[in-house]
Order: sequence, then C-alpha cells, then structure tokens
Amino acid sequence: MKFLVCVKQVPGSNNVQVDPVTGVLKRSGIQSKMNPYDLYSLEAALSLAERYEGSVQTITMGPPQAKAVIVETICMGAESGTVLSDRKFAGADVLATAYTISQGIEKTGEFDIIFCGKQTTDGDTAQVGAELSEYLGLPNVSNVISIEEIKDGKVYLTAALDDKNVKMSVKMPCLISVDGDINSPRLPSYKVKQTVTDDMVRFLSFDDFDDKNPNNYGLNGSATQVERIFPPEKNAEKQEIKGTSAEQSQALFELISAKKII
Amino acid sequence: MYKTIDNTDILNLKQIAGDLNVFVGDEISPDYAHDELGGIEKMPDMLIKAESTLQISNIMKYAYDNNIPVTVRGSGTGLVGSAVAAEGGILLETTGMNKILNLDNDNLTVTVQPGVLLMELAAFAEENDFLYPPDPGEKSATIGGNISTNAGGMRAVKYGVTRDYVRELTVVMPNGEIMKLGGRVAKNSSGYSLKDLVIGSEGTLCIICEAVLKLIPLPKVSISLLVPFKDMKSAIEAVPHIIRSKVTPTAIEYMSRDTILFSESYLGKRFPDTKNEAYILLTFDGNTDAQVEQDMKTVADLCLEIGAIDAYIVDTEERKKAVWSARGAFLEAIKASTTEMDECDVVVPGNKVDEFIKFTHQLADKMNVRIPSFGHAGDGNLHIYICRDDLNDQDWERILNVCFDEMYKKAEEIGGLVSGEHGIGYAKKGYLKKQYGESHIALMQGIKKVFDPKNILNPGKVCF
Repeated sequence: MKFLVCVKQVPGSNNVQVDPVTGVLKRSGIQSKMNPYDLYSLEAALSLAERYEGSVQTITMGPPQAKAVIVETICMGAESGTVLSDRKFAGADVLATAYTISQGIEKTGEFDIIFCGKQTTDGDTAQVGAELSEYLGLPNVSNVISIEEIKDGKVYLTAALDDKNVKMSVKMPCLISVDGDINSPRLPSYKVKQTVTDDMVRFLSFDDFDDKNPNNYGLNGSATQVERIFPPEKNAEKQEIKGTSAEQSQALFELISAKKII
Repeated sequence: MYKTIDNTDILNLKQIAGDLNVFVGDEISPDYAHDELGGIEKMPDMLIKAESTLQISNIMKYAYDNNIPVTVRGSGTGLVGSAVAAEGGILLETTGMNKILNLDNDNLTVTVQPGVLLMELAAFAEENDFLYPPDPGEKSATIGGNISTNAGGMRAVKYGVTRDYVRELTVVMPNGEIMKLGGRVAKNSSGYSLKDLVIGSEGTLCIICEAVLKLIPLPKVSISLLVPFKDMKSAIEAVPHIIRSKVTPTAIEYMSRDTILFSESYLGKRFPDTKNEAYILLTFDGNTDAQVEQDMKTVADLCLEIGAIDAYIVDTEERKKAVWSARGAFLEAIKASTTEMDECDVVVPGNKVDEFIKFTHQLADKMNVRIPSFGHAGDGNLHIYICRDDLNDQDWERILNVCFDEMYKKAEEIGGLVSGEHGIGYAKKGYLKKQYGESHIALMQGIKKVFDPKNILNPGKVCF
C-alpha cells in the first residue's frame, strides 16, 4: 500500500502582517512551518501505513528551502519526499499549482491514496486537492473526517457535509482531502532527524516534467491574478449578557450555537 | 473574640462599599465557602466585591475598629484554603480590580491591580513584546493570588518565581492605612524588605491593592522537547544529567503516561504521543535560532545517550498548544479521575527529585493507594496527589494522614520544604509547624502581630 501526502510550507506565525501599501505578506523575519492542516493528512496517512504495512511519501512545491518541510515529514515517519522547485513555477495560482503537482506526481510513482490537507493557512482556497484529482483523473472526496478501513481495493471513509456526515467507499487509487482536527498529529523525531540523508529528498524541476509548455506553469499558467491583498477588518464588538445565571447561560448557548461555535 | 456581623455593620459597610458590592446570607454563592482543594469549608458572613484601594482602606478601618475578621480572595483557585474565611466575617474579593494600569517601557515594568488574571497579564506582556516570566499552571489565578503565594510555575528553572518580579506593592494595612512597599527600582538595600515579607504571606499581613511587576524582553525563539523514557525512574534520573550539562532550559517538567491519559479524557483531546510510560518536557528559549537549536540539540543528544527512547520536537504554535495545554490541565484532570484527592506540594533539592518520586511510588504500593504526580523536575517542586478513589471515610482519613506524614518527613530528611508554590494556608500549617519548630514559628507569629496586632486579617492561617 503506497500513500502520498501533499504538503506546503507556510509562514510560521498565524499573525503575518500585510503591508498596507504593497499588499504583500511581510514574510521577512518570519519562520516557515508545515501548513497545520497538512499535519492531519500526514497523520492519517502514517496511521494507515502502520495499520496496513504501507509506506508514505510526501511532495511539495516551493523554493529550494521547502526541502525543510519534506525533512520534517520524514522526521514524522514518511520514507522520502519530493520538492518541485523551479523559477518557472513561481507565482502559480491554485490551478497552476494543482497542474504542477500533478506533473510532479506522474514522475514520482503510483500511489493507492493521495492525501491533501483541507486548505492552507496562507492561501486558504481549499481547491488544490479537488483540482489535482481532476488532472490525475482520480476520484476525490473532500472534508474526510475519518477513514474506517481499506478493503478489497476500496477505502471506507466518512466525509462531513454542511449538515450531515456521509459514509462512503471510494475505489483506489483516489485522492482525499482530510479535514482539520480529526486526529492528533505525531511530533517530529529528533532521533530520525539525525538519520535523514540527502537522497531521501528528491528535487524535480520543469525539465524533469513531461509537459514542457511553460505557459502551463507559474504566473503564465494561472487563470487568476491577485489584484490586492488586505487584512480583514478587526471586529472588537462586545456583547453583554444580563440576567440570572440560568438566563445568561441559555442566552450564551443560543448565541454560540447561532454562530456555529458549538 | 471577633464581632459577629449584625444589621448595623451591613448598613455601614454597604455605605462604604456600595449596596451592589455587598452580599450577605443566601446572596453569597456556596462557591465562596471553599477553594479548589484546601480541605476547609466555611461560608463568610459577608462578601464584598472591592472596587478600589481607597474603598478597601475604608472597609479595613471599619473592620479594625469593630474587630471583624477579613479574608482576601482572588479567583479562589488556591489549594490550601488560604482564601476561605475560616473565622467567618468579611470575604473581600478583589477580582473586580482587574485593570492593567501602566506599561513603563523605560523601566520595563507593568503596574497592575490585584484582580488581573495571570493569563491576561501574560497576553498583555506578549502583545507588547515582553514576557512576564512566572508561569504557574493555573492561568485563571489572579496576580494578587500569585503574589500572595509566591507562585512559581514552569519557567522557574531559568527565570525564578513571582518574588523575583515584584518591584513595588501598594497595600492596605489591617487598620486601613495605605502604604507603598518596595519601589520602582532595580536595587534596594533600604532596610528590611517588607515587600518581600508580604509576598507569600497569603493575605495574613496586609491587602495587596496594586503591584509594579518587572517584565523582560520577549525571547524571540522558543522550542520544546518532549522526551519519552521507558519508565519514570529513567525519566527522573535524566534530570540531574540535564542540569549538569549547563544548558538552562526554561522548564523541565516530568509526567507519566497515566497523567497524560487523564488529561486526554478531561480535555477530550489526544496528546501527540502516549506510547511510552514516562516523559520529560523541556523548553528552551533565546533570541536566535542558532542558540536555541544548539541548546535543544545538546539536551536531545544527552537524553538519547542516557537512554531516552526519542526526543520529539515541539516547535510550532500548534504543537506547543497540543503539548502544553495538556500539561496545564493535569491538576484538574487528576481531580476528575477520582472521587476526592489531596495534594503535597513539597520542594526538594534538585538532585533529590529522583529519590523523592521513587519514595512516593513505594509509599503508594505500601499503602495500596494511587499517588499520581507531575511537576517541575528542574526546580524540585513536585505536585503529588493522593487519590481517594473508592476508599471509605475511615480508611481515607487514615491513609491520607500516614501518606502526608511520611512524605513531609521524607522531604525534610532530604533537605526539602513543605510548600514550593501553593502555600501553607489552612491545610498545611501543621506540617509547617512540625518542620520549622517553635522558634521559627514564633518569629513568624511575631511578624504577623506587628502587621496585624488584632489578628483580623485571614486568621487561622499559615503560622497561627
């Protein structure tokens, strides 16, 4: 059983500022980390690999320093990983990103399940998984909250829709996007980190891909252009709930239910 | 004998403190009869929610003139009964005085009212690129309470305890006089340090109404390591090696798999690793990646050398939250795992932690009782809990007394003291007297009498 997990390096802090003039994220001085949503998909893949004696590989797209995120996945239990890195890939929107990763996967091998996180904390589009599955011609399930078992070439899983959970089976090979908070991701091992060697991380560039049309990658291959990035308005609205303890708790319950916090 | 509060007192005190701030009889929630653990239950005759220093001064003048006992209370998260009105009278709650009054960027201090919660102060400091280093597990405790018990917390290994961060206190004396103790200065050799006497005095000497606290620049980088060991013995034995390595972690905590599982079930959240019997959790902080990485690497290598199973890296906000939120919930989690419990908060010399923990394991076997523990392995302050589970009243009383007697005796033998950070209050005063002896306690009583000649502030606590 072979699993592949798509991961992304994102800014290490959740409080990244946007330059109000240029609209560019202020990344200087901010460390990078693995997209927190990818931790859940990686954990799901690693758990399945343990259960079914399979193996996990990982893949990312980014600048050469994105190697760090692949090393991190190895420290968590992946066998090896691939970095898709080329200046031609820069400025890719979600469509070009999904296409680039699909080309990379074609060169990486065949997998029974490809895992994606729900979304990233910097781009937040939550589209790459679905678009990637289109390019790869694989069935796709999003918002997966549990994977029950793998049997007779199928994955049995549960996906959360807006108002209901749906149990289903999907024929492998397939691509699934895993919801956040569905497991407790394991921590990277310092012991394993000491054993990571260069050959465990493979780099692929434009020249390695079958499709050598530069118009399908990076900014050229992007269907959308970002006009402006700006921080959302901060809401410091306060609401006071008055009444007896019972009235207050009832009002609070209604309020947080209405806001779908619980 | 104290005066019992009557209708005239109620009217007078309502005039002083305001109608809406004074509660009597059924208006007082039963929660005010106890703290989180202290083994004492007593309803106050009157609850006053204080609003200002001046108001507290006027209340104290009235109480002093009329010989009414007054007990100060913050969030009520104490564990030894300090904030329970043991002799009745007035319970004076300071949680409404919860303003952060001033941030002094030139002197690196913050001025707070006593009701500010530790978590509020920590967040405020961080927003302003500062760190308030004391970090007790109970984040909803008030700063007034933290000062009153000289709370320590998890960063004590590197940064020390609350006392190290208090520069000045504005206090109200039992007779209502308002005084400033200490000063907004870094050094002070000006006579006896009354400020330091008040810190840790558990509301027995005067009432803390304002505090000037020292801050430090926020370290830019912080990484934790969760180090699993095959058993608690190996985990605890690793600590002296870490200390000897001369790397100073911010925190060195130990925890057992059982305690982690309690916290999982209490929080409804899985801990990142529960495969191993025992863990040490360390944090390293500093201003450069290189320095912090090097410290982390030195300790990780050392731990692996002396038998750790691995060393897990806790380096992102999400990972820190997953690990440290579980650590912060251990007390409540153990409490939820049993029918009743009592705790021992001894502090022993750093190189005796191993010996003491082993002793508690032997004691648990001998007495056939569950004694889970966790704590600050790096500074010798241990939190040990004796769990009642299904014991009947008689057996529980007997076993509890034997366990406490033996543990405090053992602590004393190896150079330890009764309380590291939770205080003496009502629950531990017998053990304090036993360890310190008559002369020592007489000195404490003498100090108490100088501050509070009528013994109206928090009577029946610490040394009386």
